[in-house]
This record gives sequence, C-alpha cells and structure tokens, in this order.
Amino acid sequence: MAKFDYAPAPESRDIVTIRPSYGLFIGGEFTHGTDGRAFKTISPATEEVLAEVTEAGPADVDRAVAAARAAYQRTWAGMPPKDRAKYLYRIARIVQERARELAVLESLDNGKPIRESRDVDIPLAAAHFFYHAGWADKLEYAGFGPAPGPLGVAGQVIPWNFPLLMLAWKIAPALACGNTVVLKPAETTPLTALTFAEICQQADLPPGVVNIVTGAGETGRALVTHPGVDKVAFTGSTEVGKEIARALAGTGKRLTLELGGKAANIVFEDAPIDQAVEGIVNGIFFNQGHVCCAGSRLLVQESVYDQVLASLRRRLRTLRLGDPLDKNTDVGAINSAAQLAKIRELSDAGEAEGARRWSPPCELPVKGFWFPPTVFTGVSQAHRIAREEIFGPVLSVLTFRTPAEAVEKANNTPYGLSAGVWTEKGSLILWMAARLRAGVVWANTFNKFDPSSPFGGYKESGYGREGGRHGLEAYLDV
Amino acid sequence: MTAPADIRNDLRCSLHGLPGVDRVGAEARAAALASRSIKTTAKRWALDAAISMIDLTTLEGQDTPGKVRALCAKARRPDPADPTAPKVAAVCVYPDLVHVAAAELKGSGVRVASVATAFPSGRASLDVKLADVKSAVAAGADEVDMVIDRGAFLAGAYQAVYDEIAAVRQACNPAGTAGQASGARLKVILETGELVTLDNVRRASWLAMLAGADFIKTSTGKVAPAATLPVTLVMLEAVRDFREAHGRQVGVKPAGGIRTAKDAIRYLVLVNETAGEDWLDPCWFRIGASSLLNDLLMQRARMAAGRYAGPDYFTLDLPGREPCRPACARARPEGRPRGRVRSRPGLRGGRPRRPAAHEGGSAGVSSER
Repeated sequence: MAKFDYAPAPESRDIVTIRPSYGLFIGGEFTHGTDGRAFKTISPATEEVLAEVTEAGPADVDRAVAAARAAYQRTWAGMPPKDRAKYLYRIARIVQERARELAVLESLDNGKPIRESRDVDIPLAAAHFFYHAGWADKLEYAGFGPAPGPLGVAGQVIPWNFPLLMLAWKIAPALACGNTVVLKPAETTPLTALTFAEICQQADLPPGVVNIVTGAGETGRALVTHPGVDKVAFTGSTEVGKEIARALAGTGKRLTLELGGKAANIVFEDAPIDQAVEGIVNGIFFNQGHVCCAGSRLLVQESVYDQVLASLRRRLRTLRLGDPLDKNTDVGAINSAAQLAKIRELSDAGEAEGARRWSPPCELPVKGFWFPPTVFTGVSQAHRIAREEIFGPVLSVLTFRTPAEAVEKANNTPYGLSAGVWTEKGSLILWMAARLRAGVVWANTFNKFDPSSPFGGYKESGYGREGGRHGLEAYLDV
Repeated sequence: MTAPADIRNDLRCSLHGLPGVDRVGAEARAAALASRSIKTTAKRWALDAAISMIDLTTLEGQDTPGKVRALCAKARRPDPADPTAPKVAAVCVYPDLVHVAAAELKGSGVRVASVATAFPSGRASLDVKLADVKSAVAAGADEVDMVIDRGAFLAGAYQAVYDEIAAVRQACNPAGTAGQASGARLKVILETGELVTLDNVRRASWLAMLAGADFIKTSTGKVAPAATLPVTLVMLEAVRDFREAHGRQVGVKPAGGIRTAKDAIRYLVLVNETAGEDWLDPCWFRIGASSLLNDLLMQRARMAAGRYAGPDYFTLDLPGREPCRPACARARPEGRPRGRVRSRPGLRGGRPRRPAAHEGGSAGVSSER
C-alpha cells in the first residue's frame, strides 16, 4: 500500500435536488411534451438513473421556436441594450451563486471529475455571461458597422462534453446581440441545461428568450431544419456537422459549426520538459479526452523522445481515476456506453495496426463506463489512431526531426481546430504559429480557454468563431 | 575535494543544458496539487509525518541556552498531553549553541542541526566559513545547514560556488574520510528568494547536488519570499532527476513561511506526487519551521477529540519572535479576542476555517466532512 494513501474525499450530493422528471422549457415554463415520449439520463460513473427527461418531437420544437419568435419580436430585440446586459449580468451572478450545485450536477450527469467542473466548467460558464453582458450595449464598437442588428431566432445544438459551458458559449453571445434561442442539450447530459432554465426563471428573464428542448438526434434535426430558425449553431461531430451543412444549404440560414479535431501537441527539444509533460497530460486526459481540441497527437522531437516518454509514463502513474465526485479524482468516467465502445474500437485498431499500447496500472470500477489513460507509441501518420478523432483518453505519439517536419505532420489532417507548441524559443513559437493550420495555437500551455479569446476551426473542424469580438459576428446581421 | 575534470570544465554547460522551467506552468502545477483534499486517515498520517519531518528551528540574536533547552524538550516530546505524538526530526540552532542542544538531545533520536558558513548572508571569507562549520561539527552537530554564495551564483561564477560547497562538504567530515556515512549531513541552502527565477533554482539545485549536498534547502527564513510551493516543486523535480541520472538520493527541505498544518500537508502532497514516496521520510524530506509544530499538534488533537483545544493547551517553547505574524494570529478574524476558546463538540470546531486557496471547499484539509 502507498505510504500516503489519500482517503476518499467526496463532494456532497446533498446540495443538488434532481427532480424525478423534467419537461421542456418553453416560453418561460416547464411544459409537457406533446407526444409524451421521454428518456432517462444516467450517471456514467455508476449507471444510476438520475432523472427522466422529455423527448421533444417536431410539434414541441415548433412551439419552442414560436415562443422564441414571439419573445424576439415583443421584448428582446427591441429592449435597450443596457437592459439586456442587466439580465446577462444577473444570470452570470446566479451561476456563480449556484456554482457548487451546478458543478456537482455536471459531474453526476457527465462523469467528469468534480475538480474540473468546479474549477473549469462552471467558472468559465459564468465568465462567458459576464463577458458578453459587457458587449450588449457596446456592439456598435465591435467593428461590424455603426448599428449591427440581431439575426432573430437561433437554434443551437450542443454536445455532452462540457454541457453547461457549451450552453454558455452559445446562449451568452446570442442574447447579448439581441437574438432569442432554442437550445438542445445532448441527450446524455441534459440536467445542467434544465437547471439553467430554472436560473432563467430566477433571473426573471422574459419568457421565450431562452427555450430548452431535450432530445436526441431527431429533436436536433427538427430544430436546425425548422423554417422559423434564422441562425443555427452546432458543436459536435464532423459527421453531423456535414449533415447539417447539407440540410441548410440554400435555406439562407446562417450557420456556424464547431466540429472535431485531431490536434498536434508539438514538443521541441528545448521545451520546459516538466511543464510540457503537464501540458501533454492536460491536453489529452483533461475531461477524459472528451475535448474537441484535445492534444490527441503528441509530436516529440526525436532528440528528447526517450526523456519525454519516460517523464510522461511516470506522470501517468500518479493519475487518480475513479469517483467523479471525489475531490482528488483526476480522470472520471467515459460519458456513455456508445462512446466507450467507440474508444475501444479505435484503440483495438491501433494495436492491430502495429502501434504499441501502454496504460499505467489502474483499477477500473466495475459499474459504469471507464477507460484507462492510454498511450500509443510507434504510431505513424497512416494509422487510424493518428487520423480519426477518438474523443477519449488515448494519446498517439509520433516523432519529428525538424520544425518543418513538425509543421507538415501537424497539418496533415482533415481537421484544424487547435495545436500546441512547446519550446523556450520565442522565435520558433511565432514561426510555428504562422504555419500551423489550426484555429487556436497554444504556446507552452494547452486547453486554456477564456471568453475574450475567439475559438473555432480550420478545414473540417468547422467555421465561425465563438468568444471574443470575433464571436459576436455569428449572432449579428453584418 | 576537487571536481572531476569533466564536471569542472563543463559545469556551466551542464547547468545551462538543463531543461528550462516555465514559471506559469510550474505555478499552475503547484496550485493544482495544493487543491488535493486530504481527509480522515490520510490527514492523520500526514499530520504525524509532518511532525516527524520538522527541523524545529530557533535562529534569533536573542537565543540563549535556556531557550534552546526548552526547544529541545519540545522536540523530544512535542505534546506533553499525548505521548503518541512523534518527536521531530531535528533541532536547528546557531553554531555557538550546538553544544547545548547536543547535550539535551543525546540519545533521544532527535538530531542536532546547525546553520553555518556565515549564515544567513554567507558574506565571509572561505576560511571563516569553514571554521564556522568545523566548530559546529566539533560541538556535536549531526547536520550542517550551509548557505551558498548567491552573489557568486548570480554572477555566473558557478565553479566558485561548487568549490565552496565541496570544501564545506569536506569540513563536515572531521575524520577526513570521504563519503556521508561518517560526519555531518550537509544541507545546502539556496536562498531561492534571492535567486528569483525558477531556472536559477533548478541550476542551483543541480550545482549543490553535483558538489555533494545531502539535502537542498530553499531558504534561510531571513529573506522573503522563503519557501513556496513552486520553488519546492522545482527542487523536488531536481532531486528526482538527479537520482535517475547519478543514482544518489538527495533530500529536500523547504524552510520559512510554513506555519499551518494545511500548508505542511500541501508540501507532503507535492513530495508524494513529484519526487515520489521514497522521499516521504524524515531522512529525505524536512520542513524547517517553528510555529508550525503547534498547529500540527492542535490539528492532531482535534482529529482525536473531535474538537479544537485552546492554544494554551500547547506549550510555547518556541522562538520568542517570528519574522511574520504566526498562524494563530492570522487565523483569528478581526475583533475576536485572542485566546478565546470555542469548543463545541459536534460543530466544525472553535477555530474558524482559514480561507482556502481555492474557494468551494477544495483544499479543506482542516475540515472534516
């Protein structure tokens, strides 16, 4: 047994009240679904059923869009911008006040460690509302002309990896710019969005400005193709993103897509090795690798390969996998059985194609969906695990010899969402950043987010930006 | 002792060839580890481990034999009310008081450590420094805490620093025999508050280890900032990497500014997850402190009794003055009278919770849930 064995330190669940069932949040109220269909949301760490959630059909989506349209026309678009800002500030403050509750709920429903939901997801979600509240009455100074107007009703579909944070990325700019929204959270993680609906009520937000419809792919399809929707924003897989782009072609709807990624995290020989190793770990094992901008391809300069790999393996032995609500957990549960199957399939393919698989000794819980932190070495550009997005705690390690080779390998992917560069040499950072085809290039850090920093992709990672001044453009008629 | 030729010639190259330290990343890592939540059995273990790793220190101009004797009694039996409390690792005094401590601690298992080499500034000639060391060792010091010549280090005169450490290393062995088995263990104080950058901390750590240090120590306690988590993180990485490269284990001692049990536990977490559990031993990790001991004892008694006892239940055989405000004063909110005891069983305890580095109960080592 370890000398210093950390005793369990679980965050209490008492702060959270989960209702047995949830309706759809339409026109400021929770309403029943038209056809009475429902689905269950579970805790991926234990497979415990948390709540029953209404599955919105086309008629429900229709009602939600109508409510959003009415709110847009009657109150929201015509409201003095400084008053819109007041609502957003109020929402931001309530998110902060209820931060602990939201963090516990997020970890329960998503499986992510409480350390991350507490220190990253929820504070950043609040920060997005604060940031965009500030923009609401200053849009004329955003560089999009003297009086940029809203677009109308936004239909927004978000993923399960950062449920409340992705909601904030979508709703905060939309509302700040004067749009109203119908948002569909992912079917495996609807609970924080439904709690956010309560927060809208608590903030006295005019009915219909925010509508939340729960459901799976069918509901999402009904929402994005609804003729009453003026603008569609989607974050999720490239496959579904392409489908949406095809469906919306020629409709005149505005569309932004934030899709998959296969980011290269590039470590040069003069990198600060200990911090680079932290960055590699944070790049791929943060949120179990369920991050579209995850640093899933590690490119290491050959001259420091042995040193980096040895340090990385040693560091991975200290990762603590287990109960997401334990405050000392570093790696939580995989979000769903389907995602776990996908990670297993791709990892097995990696082995079959000849890459070497390694995981630190790590006991997986019996119930729930779990996958150990995994590193593949001996990976080449031709392997599936170097090309396809795994969306799990699986790192593929490749090597390079020169900066030019690093750029070539990093860019040799259909994706282009993010990249990381590790070197103590400032000029090399700038040289690399100019050549990497990725929406975000992190230097000597990874997976850092801020509401003032625009985020979005190149190539098949999507188009449009979220956050910062650039992100406003997606919700303004410019 | 002279360095092997390759080290002598390549000292600068090897120190500047070490990987850089990114300050932002190192601070983020230290902060992340500081948010570990240490509860119940783990906390109990950590409190006892921390007590057993303390170098109980008095380094004041006003130190007297009586003061040192009192400190030694405290070191041997920290909690008179509870004989299960472990004894501390060592008592650390000025060289002229070593004979007092050595007499008091004989046969107790508590070691005698002495600062030397014109502590704390180190601004004296080598002869004076070596005489300082020899007098401490002759008086019975088991361990010598020397200071490096920071001026020489910052001027890039690495060889001078190396030679001085090597000479002190030799002076620690009065019999003139090489190796660490005989003679005093050598702790090398880097005074990281004067080295400023983490790159310097890493280089100075390697320099000291190459020159023969048994321990690398952050600070004298006379310069602010003294020990910090990021500095200690970098030093723990250095001893870890040094053992891998050279096969010799070197200890780490943060000193100065560690005053609360919560702070001490954070350092133990840092050791555990950076250098590894081989270093979780008084032989390889020490905390230079004085007022820390009473906070550890208070938390320990609180774990056993389920409530806090008042500060008067713990002996004050500690240095008369602290460079900064002691922990008990910091923790007391404005307006609350000193020494007031609230001990209502079942509640969290009389002492108010200190603000954690991360709000939201992240680092609640002092609270039980």
